[in-house]
Amino acid sequence: MPRVVVDVMLKPEILDPQGSAILGALPRLGFDGVRSVRQGKHFELEVDEPVDEARLRELADTLLANSVIEEFTLQVMPL
Amino acid sequence: MIDSVQNARDTPDHPQPYSELGLKSEEYHRILDILGRRPTSSELAMYSVMWSEHCSYKSSKVHLRQFGDLPHSEALLVGIGENAGVVDIGDGYAVTFKIESHNHPSYVEPYQGAATGIGGIVRDILTMGARPVAVMDPLRFGPADAPDTQRVLPGVVAGIGGYGNCLGLPNIGGEVVFDDGYLGNPLVNALCVGVMRHEDIRLAKATGAGNVVILFGARTGGDGIGGVSVLASETFAADGPKKRPSVQVGDPLTEKVLIECCLEIFAADLVVGIQDLGGAGLSCATTELSSAGSGGMHVVLDRVPLRDETLAPEEILMSESQERMCAVVRPSAVDSFMEICARWEITATVIAEVNDSGRLTIDWRDERIVDVPPKTVAHEGPVYERPLARPLDLDDLRADDPAHLPRPSTSEELRALLLRMVGSPNLCDKTWVTEQYDRYVQGNTVLAQPEDAGVVRVDESTGLGVAVATDGNGRFARLDPYAGAQLALAEAYRNVATTGARPLAVTNCLNFGSPEDPAVMWQFAEAVRGLADGCRALGLPVTGGNVSFYNQTGDKAINPTPIIGVLGVIGDVARRTPMAFGSVPDEVLLLLGDTYPEFGGSEWAWSEHHHLGGRPPAVDLGRERAVAEVLATAAEEGLVSAAHDLSDGGLAQALVECCLRGCVGADVHLAGDPFVALLSESAGRVLVALAVERLTRFADLCKEHAVPVTELGSVRPDHQTLTVAGQIGVPLSELRTAFTGTLPALFGSG
Repeated sequence: MPRVVVDVMLKPEILDPQGSAILGALPRLGFDGVRSVRQGKHFELEVDEPVDEARLRELADTLLANSVIEEFTLQVMPL
Repeated sequence: MIDSVQNARDTPDHPQPYSELGLKSEEYHRILDILGRRPTSSELAMYSVMWSEHCSYKSSKVHLRQFGDLPHSEALLVGIGENAGVVDIGDGYAVTFKIESHNHPSYVEPYQGAATGIGGIVRDILTMGARPVAVMDPLRFGPADAPDTQRVLPGVVAGIGGYGNCLGLPNIGGEVVFDDGYLGNPLVNALCVGVMRHEDIRLAKATGAGNVVILFGARTGGDGIGGVSVLASETFAADGPKKRPSVQVGDPLTEKVLIECCLEIFAADLVVGIQDLGGAGLSCATTELSSAGSGGMHVVLDRVPLRDETLAPEEILMSESQERMCAVVRPSAVDSFMEICARWEITATVIAEVNDSGRLTIDWRDERIVDVPPKTVAHEGPVYERPLARPLDLDDLRADDPAHLPRPSTSEELRALLLRMVGSPNLCDKTWVTEQYDRYVQGNTVLAQPEDAGVVRVDESTGLGVAVATDGNGRFARLDPYAGAQLALAEAYRNVATTGARPLAVTNCLNFGSPEDPAVMWQFAEAVRGLADGCRALGLPVTGGNVSFYNQTGDKAINPTPIIGVLGVIGDVARRTPMAFGSVPDEVLLLLGDTYPEFGGSEWAWSEHHHLGGRPPAVDLGRERAVAEVLATAAEEGLVSAAHDLSDGGLAQALVECCLRGCVGADVHLAGDPFVALLSESAGRVLVALAVERLTRFADLCKEHAVPVTELGSVRPDHQTLTVAGQIGVPLSELRTAFTGTLPALFGSG
């Protein structure tokens, strides 16, 4: 069964409070040298064949990502 | 290539995208006249956002002047024009409150739009020097069962809860109303109340040459650029959702830290003036501060801390990144200011210096990119006397009286109607919404939704408190905007008085369609006139407000929706009047006021027949004053045990709510047509419960103020049924099922 991986990130111009919180915590924990943190979401879907990539993009755009503030990448993994 | 002032002089014929930025040709030419040259791209950005409808009030200004012309009020400490008005509530305390709209962003991105709406209004209140103590949200959505309402409402409610709860601010009330007209254009209004001592009031002005301007709070990013002009001043096309301009994401935890940081800075008396960064961001803050103060400021834009180093200067000036403030500080106080910010881990940067040049100058990469008289940007923008025209359909609408609509003819039909009405989306229990808000955090909430008004304690030792209510009825305003605005005012006023508080001041959020439509502009002018006349009659000042135009889908405007907020003072919150029946034994029920067969714009006509026509209920502000006086005095004397305002759904709705709130039944007998008695929406009426031994004194009080009283019956703690003599008896369990089931069925049980 093909596996589809969708990675969702906030658009670069959008504030990421969680990423900022992680960035703020790193030096307190002794991890120096990190300039920026952006947090996103990672989805793995198992889908029936044949894979309809356009339909999957529609799926991701409708439910997995909020396209007002987020963007996503979609990869179909070969078996 | 930087578009510097010099470059603008050298290239006078360089074409500029003023119309894309929302400026009309004549407005652009006015800028050319003011500057004596073409504006730089940064100047154009600033003028375009500041001259947008949202920032400049260019269509509404000529009407809003009426609020400033109201008689002077002793209570008013700071009036219209500042970030929020301030009123004196006694004992050295001052209260500031204001309501704003975040309608368009909340349609585009419901969660973040509503959340940043809370963030913005809270910063407005903070800017006055006050500690924010409570928020409220009047909301309007499309039909409850419409798919898009399923998208918008849960997001908006979660956003309000998410942001407000993180700030630790109780959400003490508001409204949730459904109507077809709001389907493509929900209304998300947010009110905030703040408390301070008189001496703590702060103003938004940059005075004192040599003082510095400190930008503090979150870093500036590319979010919401142009949001203010694009989002707030343009109509959504009929194909709505496709147009998705950039929105902002807020961070309530940053805002919470910013609030505490600001309050510490205020306590140390370190600022000369302060301004929050909301719509139009730095463009607004720098021009408004200098325009209101000494008149000059020099900004070094390179110093603005950025989240994204690739931003262009125009973008930095227009960015609406959240959780930012601007303070004017004496040079001697800068170190102390910075120390406090460092302790709160708030980024703070000196970005500008106040001078007496009369110009706002901004440098970027050692080049002058802005050189303007700040007043021309902030306070002397275009002012329009837009054409007004009475809507062509108004006479037909008013002639279509709901008297011809079929009414229940048997007591069985009336009983069934009652159950349908209490379960209708507009009248049903709103717990699904309000339980997502923290209503009691901080421990000072005395009354919150579903009570008539939110009441918060201000002083623990004396019990001094404030009551706030918001109301608005777009259907009434559609039928008669003058009366509609007054009915909204009267209802909010009555709601405040019902809790035992004395009304003191008014704020408003005027939600209308496009001002370029003469019919909408007529509605707006009528509503403002009605509100101003109403405030004069009630002896209340307008402390400020907000105008939201362009609330329409395609060329279809929303019903005119003036939302009116009234704030009142209660000397001791322990004396407040709640709405629940059954708190004392032997309660009798009274109705204050007169009931007429008034069904124009009523909830019954709308929810049962989808009918909107006729005339709204008559307004009698003298009566409202008398009723309020009776209720405040009765609360002070401890005469009444419960009171509830009659509005949407009439007496039937009020009885059901009071019985269910107290888990007790009631026996009610009605004179005349029971349908009219139960469902008329005549104004100026309040349902009161009191112990039978207080009846004589209370009746005397009503007589003294010429308020008519009708005995309705009694509360029955022993009998879990609401009985209307000779007509209907409905067990509370049946009422409760109908009343509470609607929203969970529509939006999930969560």
